[in-house]
Amino acid sequence: MSAKSRQKLAMVFIWGSGVITMLILFLIIGYVLARGLPAFSFDFLFTAPQGGLSGEGGISTAIVTTIYLVLLTLAILLVPGIGAAIYLSEYAKDNWLTRIIRYGVDTLAGVPSIVFGLFGFVLFVTALHFRFSLLSGALTLVCLLLPTLIRTSEEAIKAVPRSHREGALALGATKWQTIWHVVLPSALPGIVTGVILCIGRIVGETASLYVTMGGSAAMPSSLFSGGRTLSLHLFYLAMETRALEKAMATGAVLIITILVINTIVNWISYRFRARVLRGA
Amino acid sequence: MNPKMETKHLNFYYGSTHCLKDVNLHIKEHEITALIGPSGCGKSTFLRTLNRMNDIIPGARIEGEVLLDKQNIYERGVDVVELRKRIGMVFQQPNPFPKSIFENVAFGPKMLGLNHKLNLNEVVEKSLRAAALWDEVKDNLNKSGLALSGGQQQRLCIARVLAVEPEVILMDEPCSALDPASTLKIEELMRDLTKNYTIVIVTHNMLQAARVSEWTGFFLLGELVEYGRTVDIFSRPKDKRTEDYITGRFG
Repeated sequence: MSAKSRQKLAMVFIWGSGVITMLILFLIIGYVLARGLPAFSFDFLFTAPQGGLSGEGGISTAIVTTIYLVLLTLAILLVPGIGAAIYLSEYAKDNWLTRIIRYGVDTLAGVPSIVFGLFGFVLFVTALHFRFSLLSGALTLVCLLLPTLIRTSEEAIKAVPRSHREGALALGATKWQTIWHVVLPSALPGIVTGVILCIGRIVGETASLYVTMGGSAAMPSSLFSGGRTLSLHLFYLAMETRALEKAMATGAVLIITILVINTIVNWISYRFRARVLRGA
Repeated sequence: MNPKMETKHLNFYYGSTHCLKDVNLHIKEHEITALIGPSGCGKSTFLRTLNRMNDIIPGARIEGEVLLDKQNIYERGVDVVELRKRIGMVFQQPNPFPKSIFENVAFGPKMLGLNHKLNLNEVVEKSLRAAALWDEVKDNLNKSGLALSGGQQQRLCIARVLAVEPEVILMDEPCSALDPASTLKIEELMRDLTKNYTIVIVTHNMLQAARVSEWTGFFLLGELVEYGRTVDIFSRPKDKRTEDYITGRFG
């Protein structure tokens, strides 16, 4: 075969792959939106679900629970996650211990979330008597997300050029001043991207929350209340009721939420890049 | 006159590589000392031992003494942070922080605890003037340091060092990334700075060493082959290897 026809064949293959991927994506999103949006209304967003088997009502408590869970999880997650990333990238020496830690972190990042759910169920729900609650769910998600946040933050910190660190140190800055005033600001866009990816995971997580938060449709009133996030609500609607349209509508809300989150990620990283070049 | 800095039997190892071999050299106050030699000869490594920048490189080991005003900077109990305030450094690639011009220059003083806005304004203006950059940037102090040209960035980095008021300034091939016009500006600037500062410059440009320095040291394979007055080194070198290098027979 001549180089030219090979080139043509490769182009056909690459274009074909692209088209198929796009088709599948748009089919899924389009299907959920098309079936979900008719059941979608202002009322749907602002009334509480009935609970039980009827599937009647809206998703207001699920939205609030999702927001609570995101805030609570981030509140517990951020300091140890970014702290560990700073430790691993700036302080830890490269020896067998830190290699084991890194390897462990990478392995944990690949463990299915239901395994974390099981762990959370045993530790937080039963042993620590947190019951099916926001707190149990949040702590479980912290365990699930720590590896992701550590690794994305570590990569962001490592991407800061060594010349910036040396410049700061050569001016008589201490190591911590260098990290705090030079390294972290430069790494911030990458860290923020990691955090927002974590928010996406929290919003989408279902399996591990099923076994740590229970399925109460009521508005959570304290850290120890159970509850359902949007994804969990969607799961209950689909599995335990006949209100498939409501499940689709909830799915549509989730898709739009993730879309908004991704847009924010892109906007933030674009703004940061522009700011660095233009000055601020 | 007493030397501002001096090295005695300085040896430097990186892993199993012996990078600097028994280097003895004195650096005169308020003068410019140039270190020349082919790539990989150890001149930059030597420069970085003078403000302990090699400390942050894992696997590095040092023997011998480096004296600053007769005190060994590698002695136990020497505060490296304090030391680096006295010995500033300008790097090969201009490395302004991704911050505004003002924040770049104010960085050092701020780290030292100077937070008063009026004082900071004064220090920033003074440093930028001393680095011959003030007139070009005075209306744009909030612009990012990265938006400047290469030559301006390097002068910004010099201003950043001056703001800390060090005694010695180390320059690691400060012009190698710059065009000839910017290079001349930096060289003029160095001449001015000797009034208040002691300068050590590493350069692979022999003409530059001849133009700006009073003293020149020639490094080869980790050894200080010859050290003396720049005029002597360039007009009547004592060592055959120095002569070969400055006449362009290798390097």
